[in-house]
Amino acid sequence: MSAAIPVTAARPVSRTSRGWAMLRATGPAGIASAIVIAIATFMAIFGTFLAPYDPITPNLSLAWVGPVGGHLLGYDFEGRDVLSRLIVGARTSMLGPLAVVLGSMLAGVLLAVAAAWRGGALDAFISSGLDVLFAFPGILLAVLAAAVFGAGLTAAAIALSIAYMPYVARVLRGAALKERNQPYVAALEVQGASATSICLRHLIPNIMPLIVAQATILFGYAMVDLAAISFLGLGVQPPEPNWGVMISENQVGIPQGYPLPALAACVCIVAVVIAFNVLGERLFEQAQAAPR
Amino acid sequence: MHWRFLARRLAMLVASLLVASFVIFAALYLAPGNPIAALSGGRTLPPSSIAVLEARYHLNEPFLAQYWYWLKNALHGNLGISITLRENVSTLIASRIWTTAGLVLYAALIIVALGIGLGILSGLRPGAFDTSTLVTTAVSAAIPAFVAAIVLILVFAVKLGWFPALGNGTDFLSNVRHFTLPAIALAISSLAIVARVTRASVREEGRREHVQTAVSRGIPGRQLIQRHILRNAAIPITTVTGITIASLIAVAAVVEVAFSLNGLGAYLVLSAQSKDLAVVQGISLVLVTAFVVVNVIVDVLYAVLDPRVALGSRAQ
Amino acid sequence: MSEPQAAAAAVTPDETAPGTPLLDVDGLNVRLPIDGIHRPVLREVSFSLRPGEAFGLVGESGSGKSMTARAIDRLLPAGAQVTGSIRFDGGDVGALTGAGLRQYRGQVAMIFQDPRAHTNPVRRIGDFMTEALRTNMSVPAGQARARAVDMLGQVGIEDGERRLRQYPHQLSGGMLQRVMIAAALLTQPRLLLADEPTTALDVTTQAEVMAILDDLRREFGLTMLFITHDLELAAAICDRTAVMYAGQIVEIRRSSLLHDDPLHPYTAALAGARPDIAQTAHRLRAIPGRPLSAFEAPQEECAFAPRCPHAQDACLAEVPDLIEIGGGLSRCVRTEELRGKLQGAFDA
Repeated sequence: MSAAIPVTAARPVSRTSRGWAMLRATGPAGIASAIVIAIATFMAIFGTFLAPYDPITPNLSLAWVGPVGGHLLGYDFEGRDVLSRLIVGARTSMLGPLAVVLGSMLAGVLLAVAAAWRGGALDAFISSGLDVLFAFPGILLAVLAAAVFGAGLTAAAIALSIAYMPYVARVLRGAALKERNQPYVAALEVQGASATSICLRHLIPNIMPLIVAQATILFGYAMVDLAAISFLGLGVQPPEPNWGVMISENQVGIPQGYPLPALAACVCIVAVVIAFNVLGERLFEQAQAAPR
Repeated sequence: MHWRFLARRLAMLVASLLVASFVIFAALYLAPGNPIAALSGGRTLPPSSIAVLEARYHLNEPFLAQYWYWLKNALHGNLGISITLRENVSTLIASRIWTTAGLVLYAALIIVALGIGLGILSGLRPGAFDTSTLVTTAVSAAIPAFVAAIVLILVFAVKLGWFPALGNGTDFLSNVRHFTLPAIALAISSLAIVARVTRASVREEGRREHVQTAVSRGIPGRQLIQRHILRNAAIPITTVTGITIASLIAVAAVVEVAFSLNGLGAYLVLSAQSKDLAVVQGISLVLVTAFVVVNVIVDVLYAVLDPRVALGSRAQ
Repeated sequence: MSEPQAAAAAVTPDETAPGTPLLDVDGLNVRLPIDGIHRPVLREVSFSLRPGEAFGLVGESGSGKSMTARAIDRLLPAGAQVTGSIRFDGGDVGALTGAGLRQYRGQVAMIFQDPRAHTNPVRRIGDFMTEALRTNMSVPAGQARARAVDMLGQVGIEDGERRLRQYPHQLSGGMLQRVMIAAALLTQPRLLLADEPTTALDVTTQAEVMAILDDLRREFGLTMLFITHDLELAAAICDRTAVMYAGQIVEIRRSSLLHDDPLHPYTAALAGARPDIAQTAHRLRAIPGRPLSAFEAPQEECAFAPRCPHAQDACLAEVPDLIEIGGGLSRCVRTEELRGKLQGAFDA
């Protein structure tokens, strides 16, 4: 006696519970990183309400004054409360990388899946196109964009998205190819499912762990690159608070003996980047080890 | 080595450079306003200057023709004139290129010596040394160059006074002193990544079955490590190291700004801020070319180290 | 000598007089760390090889046959616990270190199952073949290459000079395995350990490579331990064959008798499970259950009992000893009464 064997593609486990399971599987380091990221995100969203003092209005008479009273981190080079500036600065510091990741991942996934699905000439075309795009390091493209369109976060974010896209597409194309050659895809095709529906409802969800891992790692890179561009004065413009800008603004304080503002901004960046790197690495390991 | 592979790789290099140079050139038209406005960076120019610009850039001719002239000029070393300094862009580049090259080379040296060295030692000896290396590299891999710059300036220049905080040196030796902190700042996160990849590759190669074969034939330990583990691990290690060094070319700009070094990157940023488009285009072209060339060298090295690549399989 | 030892030694090919065994495995127990805990993979394995003998070791996956070869060649994974003794030419293999161990390795050559995984892809064939000669035996490079070319000819590869310059990925699986064999023979070993040398190859290539292995072994008078899961294959080229199950030896017998007069129910099952092209079978015979590793099998009783159609209460009482019967050894308490009745016992 044998029952009919159903063709199952994506299993109907709820996405949120799978997400939690993935997070738990990253271990204590992964969970700690997730907490750090959550805190930064919280600050990014609610920063303006949380900041104890005005982060923008300068008061030069208070420039470089050290930690005192409620000003836990002292004042910066223009007499503004460092802590408030850091909290409010989380917004641009996190939002920019988010835009970069969304842009490059979206384009990357589309190109990778299209190339993997069709194969043949389209794949060759996309792959060689991507190979050529590798010529531009992110920062260079962003500087070029700033020269052409003027300094600002938007131009920098778009430039970085374009620069990262080939890396994302290359990694995902390999995974998409493996998925495409799985028996269930052939089964679905035979049943008459359209290419789009197979890709959207089965193929992409099955490489989702890899996509999430890649996005997490990419966020770290985007954060570093965008902070660097803001540090160079070509990204977020003062007086808008931003961790990268704060480092460059307060750098002059270091030889003068007031390192705290610049250092505080450094710590914020490094802490969040480490969190994304650690979480991303662990998610990546999980995605690779996933049984097929 | 197969010449077909080499030729194909060179063809891709030329294609990459063509596309990149096209994008850089097209920046002229992507900017708001007309090309003259872009070239002048929003400044008003006397009619004679405008005429010079029109002639030099062939602005009355079709788009592709303009690109061709621009490219031809570039290949002959003529990259236009800086609108702010009124000098040849190529001269301006030439005077700064050695700063950037020196910085990148210094950082590359640190990465190769320390990164690969630590990775190999850590990979071959499990234990306390290995764990501490893992932890330190995990942290340093996340330290961006400009953060490292700040910390290094604070600790080694301001507090300890061992190295100067800013600027270029005057002769070779003083240059070495001036470039040490910048090179370290540039190298630190790449060094960590290279060390981790090296360690992982060495570990992985040590587990391979062909190593078992050599053991079963009584090949002594040191030879085993050199000829069967390290030689094989050299493939991924070289690739990652090469790519990492290529990325230094762009990040050098940030370090140059942080340390007030008179290099191409710092000048690029300055020109972007002052909208001196000709300079931006010129320096971008140089940096992109360097980046692509280094990547091609990495590919070729990879083919040299791994005979399965260039020769293809099973040539009967 | 222990009981099983004496029994094993007594089972000799009739013609040769008993002499000192070349390889003597006595009471070998191996435990490996699996998921953090040490578990048994080999239990009380004992057998001897006479010089010039071809000895087959047959079993399914997990039976421990590969592990036995690795134990003999000191290639066990880190953390392995070994008790019992392995003696080569009278000397204790387990006690060897440094130069002595390397010298031992020169006398014992191992041929692995997957030649592609076991050759270094970035080194040329010539380098692979002559490495041991140049390193351990100080043979000058030119001479080593000449010997390699000669040996390649003996395994049926004609244009040896050209092959020496090629890389492993340029050779087919069968050719690579011949290279492996040639390389193994170059150091003039006295003992050959062949770990399923043809399993990874397709059937026609299998036959060729087996023929080469068999011919050369006889020509050089080598002692060989031949590991395989194929009972018939072992019977074809080995004088005696041992059958392993769950990390234990369950039968040692003259190869020619294994199929027609099996002593142990498991051997009979193995022999019966192979489809015979000359007969019509209404149903393929399979042994119910699946082969167990040493640590999965019941420890205080006959390991095969759960799957054995002849099992009785006595089988579950304790681990059976090897019993000498009919010129062979069998690890079955009922072996005497089942003698002659095991052929065809697993008919559907």
